[in-house]
Amino acid sequence: MAAALESALQAAGAGPCPGAEAVGAVRAALAAAGDPAALGERERARLGAFLRNLAAGPEEPAGPWRSLFLESPPDLAFCALTDSLAAPRPGWRLPAVPEVLEQFLRQGRLAALICELCQQHSRPGSAERHDALLGRIVCLPDLVGNGLQGRSPAAFFPQRYFPVLGGAVLQVLHNVSASLRGGLDCSVSFISHILGKVCVHGRQKEILSVLVPHLTDLTKSDCIWQRICWRLVECVPDRWMEAVVLGFVQRAPGADVLSRLLGNLVVKNKKAQFVVTQKMLLLQYGYTTAVLQNLLGYLALDGLRRALLIKVLQELLETWSSSSAVKHSPLEQQQYISKAILICLSHLKEPEIESCRQELLTSMMEGVKCHLDSSLPQIRRLGMIVAESISSKINTDGPILTFQYEEDDEARELKSLLVQAAPLGVLPGLPDNENENADAALPPVLESNRKSTTATTHVMPDEESDAELDSDDDLIPYDMSEDKELKKTKAPVYIRDCIEVLTGSEDLDKWEEAVKALESLVRKNPVAAREVSVELAKILLHLEEKTCLEGFAELRQKAQVAVLTTDPIPVAQYLTSQFYSLNYSLRQRMDILDVLVLAARELSCPKGHGKTKHSGAQNPCIQFLPESGSSKDWRRIVDERIKSKTRRFAKGQSQVEQPSGPNEFNSLAGHFFFPLIQNFDRPLSTFDLLGEDHFVLGRLVHTLAVLMYLAVNTMAVTAMGKALLEFVWALRFHTDSYVRQGLLSCVSSILLSVPAERLLQDVTEELLETRSWLEDVVEKDPDGDCRRLALQNLLLMENLKKKLETAPS
Amino acid sequence: MAQPPPDPHFVLRGTGAAVHALHFSCGGGEPDIPVLFSGSENGFIHVWNLKTHRVDAALDGHGRKSVCGLKTMDGKERLLSQGRDQRICLWDLAEGRTSVTDSVFTENVGFCRCSLLKVAEGRWLMATAAKALEEVQVLELPSKTSVCTLKPEVGAKLGMPMCLKLWQGSCGSQPSLLAGYEDGSVLLWNLSTGKVLSQLICHQEPVMSLDFDSEKAKGISGSSEKVLSIWSLNEQQNLQVQKTHRLVNAGISDITIRPDKKILATAGWDHRIRIFGWKKLKPLAVLDYHTATVHSVSFSDHKSPSDRLLAAGAKDHRISIWSIYTQT
Repeated sequence: MAAALESALQAAGAGPCPGAEAVGAVRAALAAAGDPAALGERERARLGAFLRNLAAGPEEPAGPWRSLFLESPPDLAFCALTDSLAAPRPGWRLPAVPEVLEQFLRQGRLAALICELCQQHSRPGSAERHDALLGRIVCLPDLVGNGLQGRSPAAFFPQRYFPVLGGAVLQVLHNVSASLRGGLDCSVSFISHILGKVCVHGRQKEILSVLVPHLTDLTKSDCIWQRICWRLVECVPDRWMEAVVLGFVQRAPGADVLSRLLGNLVVKNKKAQFVVTQKMLLLQYGYTTAVLQNLLGYLALDGLRRALLIKVLQELLETWSSSSAVKHSPLEQQQYISKAILICLSHLKEPEIESCRQELLTSMMEGVKCHLDSSLPQIRRLGMIVAESISSKINTDGPILTFQYEEDDEARELKSLLVQAAPLGVLPGLPDNENENADAALPPVLESNRKSTTATTHVMPDEESDAELDSDDDLIPYDMSEDKELKKTKAPVYIRDCIEVLTGSEDLDKWEEAVKALESLVRKNPVAAREVSVELAKILLHLEEKTCLEGFAELRQKAQVAVLTTDPIPVAQYLTSQFYSLNYSLRQRMDILDVLVLAARELSCPKGHGKTKHSGAQNPCIQFLPESGSSKDWRRIVDERIKSKTRRFAKGQSQVEQPSGPNEFNSLAGHFFFPLIQNFDRPLSTFDLLGEDHFVLGRLVHTLAVLMYLAVNTMAVTAMGKALLEFVWALRFHTDSYVRQGLLSCVSSILLSVPAERLLQDVTEELLETRSWLEDVVEKDPDGDCRRLALQNLLLMENLKKKLETAPS
Repeated sequence: MAQPPPDPHFVLRGTGAAVHALHFSCGGGEPDIPVLFSGSENGFIHVWNLKTHRVDAALDGHGRKSVCGLKTMDGKERLLSQGRDQRICLWDLAEGRTSVTDSVFTENVGFCRCSLLKVAEGRWLMATAAKALEEVQVLELPSKTSVCTLKPEVGAKLGMPMCLKLWQGSCGSQPSLLAGYEDGSVLLWNLSTGKVLSQLICHQEPVMSLDFDSEKAKGISGSSEKVLSIWSLNEQQNLQVQKTHRLVNAGISDITIRPDKKILATAGWDHRIRIFGWKKLKPLAVLDYHTATVHSVSFSDHKSPSDRLLAAGAKDHRISIWSIYTQT
């Protein structure tokens, strides 16, 4: 048989252009030879050369040459075809060879090729051939694309090709499984190579979307398939391992599936272990919660891997409790790590917690401390939630930590991660349900209580329902809206009464009434309030909540704002001086800042007409009633006349005129601003803005930004802007992102408030410096908000530049 | 928009002290002058002429100790007054006389008002808190013979009786006593056996006042809490809570159902008088006139419905007279 083939090949000769008869003869001989795998070395070499000649010839061969390529041994045909693609001077080959290749793919020759390569793994000298073919198989879309100068047929688009390749791989795996069942030894290492190389080329999605679902089904109850699968991933060379593991972790529909597919890979392979336990958890943070659950669930599913789970948890906690990490890593990463910790905790069992309770406790204490130190509320809350969870896990009997924080979706999502563990390997998406079940199961007592209370209270509305009202005769009720909770004391009427009550009185009811009444009293009697303004400011600053008065903080703040707006200069002087003096709590200092901001906002807002009229009525000495009335009439008449004679072409509502008046903040901006900016770098024994009290510093910076913004159109704005720019420059490398955000807001305020000409004339150099700093921040700052703010600032600067360019100088 | 609540019909001033007890006597015919008795903290009982709105007489019979209860026995000539001097006095006021004809020394130091029930012509039953802390004594008047003494079981821990209501179903049936106690429970006593028929815990705090409608077998009680409790007596002589009504402010010192059983009034610690429909306890009005705790509310027994009045006595020394829901 082989002799017939050989003679046919010899007859065909080594010429560059074999004739049609020769091709037919070789084809017939090949068919007669039967199994192409059984060809001897010599015949293979001859046949290979023949095919190469055929494909590389200057003109298209005659006869059924295409069928020959599809029928001859796939490795030889594939080599010849891909070689010819890379050759120069394409000529006739351009449309024909890709067509043959496409047919090659369509007829499943790719599977045959891989299968053959798998079987020859032990042959001497096969390694180089393998490598060459591996490259061609995996890079076929690129080869075709290069050969055709980018006009490759759709079948060779990566989106189409790699699923086909995946199907071929699956086909080969089926063969492997069959031959294993037949008792034959088989190697999957070539398939592993293909898988690895495809993954490292970034085509995980295409190939694994075919492989993973099928393998999931096949490995469900078949241990041979599981073994094949494990072998498949184990044989992936280290340099490609990461890509393969990442692909599987992301694509697997659940932790149990992942466990079936990967086996104990992480224990056996160092590289995989590094990827799973370090890289995916600590170095990267872009994966979804489902991926995290897959990953950690996979670690938890086997005794050998659980040791890794505990190790992972310890490393996560180390990061979580490191103050430097809390300070410098972006919020998203901290959220990611927190999620991972919670999922780990959910998988831990009682004895395992017992074994590392002390370490858990230590890192929890450290972590909660540095989280609570943070000035970003999200990070504080993250710390609280994680600490609560750890503490509930380690103290099953004792008291557990509880914090007060807002329960929003994010908090609930985090907490749900902790409870969902019970059945391992559930599909992602189930946890929510789980949580609800747990919720319902948790307080059965409460539930029944609630039911009973609703049952008893249910009686009342039922009987009061409208249908039954008329049964109570024709008795028509009187208005009962005045029937309110009885107040025990009357509200004070004079400011001095308030002062007396707030300073000396032991009567708590009176005290409450005074707190409630103070704001309106101050607003009503500005003259009386001015007499005692500083005293009032002092009392309010030191006022502490004596009773459980609802909205106390707000009432006090409103009263403070009222005092400050009624008598701005002395009170502002007092408050700003107190901000930097001894013996105040941080809360009080922040109160001062809030009050300054609110008052500045109020002062800088143009007053409505109602307000000015009101003050006019308060001042009888400058009231000329008839005249003002007539002048108003005059105004109205003229307005109407204009209206009747004017045709308007604009559509929509005519614009309502904004109430206008002098900006009261104009003369005051400096009084609010400069005392605050002066002393920030002088630490007191109880107050160190540049050190521990960076939260207050953050608030101060934000306050300055707001004051700067409100000072737009005032006289002092240029001086303020200059001072603020210097202040920003001094603090620009502050470690706290909240402070940096404030600084960036300051820059925005300056750019918005200070007139552009003044900016360029007076602070050019500072502005240039700031600009380079901003560019730096945009690129390097770990905090997303900071980067965004800096970018906005740069845009503002650009706009400013454009405006100046267009304006005639 | 509902009408604003009415103002007082008129106001009686001049008691000189907080008013604790009120009682109308207006049942007489035309020549009879309707009067209102008021008892105040300084021990005086004032007899108000409701035509002139002036005091006809001031009776001083309780040694300047607060008068806490007033009742009449058949018309305005015979008045029963209870004072904090631990005495119950029987006055003869006929023909301008103002003398105490008889008195009972109760030896009780509490605030509990006595309850009077006419059982036959010339025969009354009177229930008062007795000397012993938890006991109630029932006397026959005018003979002053003791009918029974009602002692709770040992260990019942009811506390002092706070309010009493003697009542009799359709004529001929046995009189019974409803008593509200310090622990918030209301007990129904059988006077002939001296046994408790039913006990109902309807408040968490002492029961300050109760009234009972024997026709509908339904009663109402108020305490120092924010809740009015309406309960009923079923065929088996068991008390059951029917519903509760939540008030805006805590504390009820007196409750009275109008004799025609259409409305009821409560005297509140929040200075307000509240009017409810009796059938469904529909809130009808909140009368806000007094400036201190209202101690007592009372409806007049005028023959003609349109004349009927409501009187309220308060700590602010005033008695407000209201004419409300007279057309129904």
